[in-house]
Amino acid sequence: MTCAACQSRVQSALQKHPGVEDAAVNLMMGNATVTYDPAATTQDELVDAVRATGYGAELQSADSTAFTEQEARDRAQAEEFVDLRRKAVVSGVAGAVAMVLSMPLMSAAAGQSHGPVADPFMRWMMSTLTPWLRSVAPWLYAIHVQTLSYGLMLLTVGVMVWAGRHFYTRAWTAFHHHSADMNTLIAVGTGAAFLYSALATLWPDFFLSRGIAPDVYYEAVIIIIALILAGNALESRAKKHTAAALRGLASLRPKTARVLRDGKEIDIEVETVSPNDTIVLRPGERVPVDGEVLSGESAIDESMLTGESLAVAKTVGDRVIGGTVNLTGSVRYRATTLGSDSVLSQIVKLMRDAQGSRAPIQRLADKVSGIFVPVVMSIAIATFVTWFVLADSAPMVRAFAAAVAVLIIACPCAMGLAVPTAVMVSTGKGAELGVLIKGGEALQRAGDLTTVAMDKTGTVTEGRPTVTDVVLVPGGPAADETRLLRLTASLERSSEHPLADAIVRYAKVRGIELAAVESFTTTTGKGLSGTIEGVPVTAGNEAMLQDGGVDVAALRADAERLAGQGKTPVYVSVGGRPAGLLAIADPIKATSREAIAQLGRLGLDVVLLTGDNERTANAIAREAGISRVVAGVLPEGKVAELKRLQAGGKVVAMVGDGINDAPALAQADVGMAVGTGTDIAAEAADVVLMRGDLRSVVEAVRLSRRTMRTMKQNLFWAFIYNVIGIPIAAGALYPMLGLLLSPILASLAMAFSSVSVVANSLRLRGFRATG
Amino acid sequence: MTTSEWIVIAGGLASIAWVNWYFFMAGRGAATVQGSEIVITVDNGYSPATIRALAGAPLRLVFDRKDTSSCSEEVVFPDFGVRKFLPTGERTTIEITPPKPGKYEFMCGMSMLRGTLIAE
Repeated sequence: MTCAACQSRVQSALQKHPGVEDAAVNLMMGNATVTYDPAATTQDELVDAVRATGYGAELQSADSTAFTEQEARDRAQAEEFVDLRRKAVVSGVAGAVAMVLSMPLMSAAAGQSHGPVADPFMRWMMSTLTPWLRSVAPWLYAIHVQTLSYGLMLLTVGVMVWAGRHFYTRAWTAFHHHSADMNTLIAVGTGAAFLYSALATLWPDFFLSRGIAPDVYYEAVIIIIALILAGNALESRAKKHTAAALRGLASLRPKTARVLRDGKEIDIEVETVSPNDTIVLRPGERVPVDGEVLSGESAIDESMLTGESLAVAKTVGDRVIGGTVNLTGSVRYRATTLGSDSVLSQIVKLMRDAQGSRAPIQRLADKVSGIFVPVVMSIAIATFVTWFVLADSAPMVRAFAAAVAVLIIACPCAMGLAVPTAVMVSTGKGAELGVLIKGGEALQRAGDLTTVAMDKTGTVTEGRPTVTDVVLVPGGPAADETRLLRLTASLERSSEHPLADAIVRYAKVRGIELAAVESFTTTTGKGLSGTIEGVPVTAGNEAMLQDGGVDVAALRADAERLAGQGKTPVYVSVGGRPAGLLAIADPIKATSREAIAQLGRLGLDVVLLTGDNERTANAIAREAGISRVVAGVLPEGKVAELKRLQAGGKVVAMVGDGINDAPALAQADVGMAVGTGTDIAAEAADVVLMRGDLRSVVEAVRLSRRTMRTMKQNLFWAFIYNVIGIPIAAGALYPMLGLLLSPILASLAMAFSSVSVVANSLRLRGFRATG
Repeated sequence: MTTSEWIVIAGGLASIAWVNWYFFMAGRGAATVQGSEIVITVDNGYSPATIRALAGAPLRLVFDRKDTSSCSEEVVFPDFGVRKFLPTGERTTIEITPPKPGKYEFMCGMSMLRGTLIAE
């Protein structure tokens, strides 16, 4: 689409389509938003309707939606920044000019009804700047005061209309809605200062006849506008950085994929890849879509999605994830999940949702923000009245300056920004580390954790049983380990039991050729038997062999020793005589022990919750360094155990897989699902750990704690700034210290208070993982 | 105390009363709209600011943003975990289903502008 005519053609085609209520095509963005009746038409039909007009169309996936939305937002923010900066610079220059022009006015007024100068800024101007200006530009002091005033008034009107207009128009429309915001304060503050000055310029005699100095505050109006614009510009730029992580993720999506079609490699757009397409991937390329390796081997850098810094080896049957980078080898793979179902898209969607959530800690700030502006306006009025009644000299001037300073110094923005910016930066940082936190509430609870309960299989351990020991009966029917493994693995190959899989894999790794099996039988829960190369072979538990009349006495001691270590012994007999034992265990992950020690150092209690028997559970717990074990519990038992801990006042996290442990994840204060990169959506979990090891739990807890600290600092600063700043502006320090704030100093404080909150949140970007 | 001081005190008290009445009381219970699809104009405030809808029924809220203030660039429904960027000059649709009767607040990204969704 390149012109408005194309746009209207596509739009009318969509509007005429049956079931469509409304359609809007955006030429700039190249997208269409359609409101339709799902009963009358489908998204695919709508896409076809657009294609029938001769233009291309695809459904937007979540990440491309997020991407275009982020782009639109960045564009809007960039324009805003440029606009604000230009206005701030121009009004800053105008402010400097106004200040110089107003100095002779101040000198002229100084002889009149002024009291001592209480504002430090004014004092500096009078004592330092005035003598200097007099010597440099004496002609300035020769200009008639009235002429200067009129000139300043015109300059101020120009700045207010050109640079500050949005303050007034926004305040006005908000006023119509019976609401008030930052713009209201600025508009009322600068508006009142201007009005007073204009009246004093136009009818000075009216003031003089009533004993009031016809002071003007033009330079203050202009400088306040300039400083607030400068603060807004800085804030706008800082806010942009809070979404940096999301922007980074959205940009991982490659545009094209090299697909094998009719034996030829062709480059096509990622959106047009179909499931089961064969994708060709070369070294150094970004993986275009999710899939499963068909041929070839490579190492893939998945750090951008999982935070795992080591490259991951991929071979036939392994999953590759769109957005990761292929490092070494060439691979062909089959496309699986696409579009909004893709892993990257799900991560982006999850992050967007997280960043839209609110943390409970914000409730107070929300309540205060809701009443803030009218309350500040009331304080400003009270300040005016108090000064007017109590001031020893120049009551009108002082009452006025103090009231304006109150309006200008109050900053509701810092409170509004305190928590959301921290949530934005922290969830983004988490995603970079492979820790997906599903929202502000999860973040806050994770920061309060006292106890971490974890499942065993797949969480503490690899979740994949492996042969750990091979015991041969000396002088038995199997001459050596290879023979024992060959017979057992050949038999087990016909079974789909996880233990069988472990044995077959072990044999394959050792390059052992497997043989054919005849008359294979399986006894559920006990084992297998069959005939290999004319010899009957049985493998299974003790009962299985005893049922076949085999005397297992020679193996029992070894079997019990291995079982004591949490391993599962598989007895093997050959030709009716005991041949040996294979011990199978699910080894703990290399990182588990260190991670659990770190959790302990963070002051967290670790509990192992497992459905496995006590002996295995204890053996694993010992190896991993966990002192508390609850073994032999069913999923409901895990829930009950968590409830018991919670009843004891503990804030408990449950770490487990998203499928079997879903009830426990839901019951826990913070459910952490150990992701395998597939089940990101894990509904029950509050936190998804992309990298399947326990160090991510440590990162999740550390990041949450650090974020909570940042939020508290921000809220404290935002509150204390207003709680201290407003009384000082009102003149609370004047009776004791003789200190007053001019509206100009107030605007300086205001401009930088919200910037400092955003900057503090951005410090979270420097969070580093421990290992 | 002089007459002018008494006038300022009286005027000040009246102004404070008026500010609090205008922003906290006068605006409440203003235009409310009912329906399953509601267009809300965002122009430094929400109009209508009070919406009535049926609990349990899907609700389409179309935010039509007119202003360019960065204050109103986002709308947040904290109870529904929704935070949505509203491009100026465009209509942005948010679909939510109020789970049960009650009041649900919505607000701008910095909770200065506020509206209420009342599910019945």
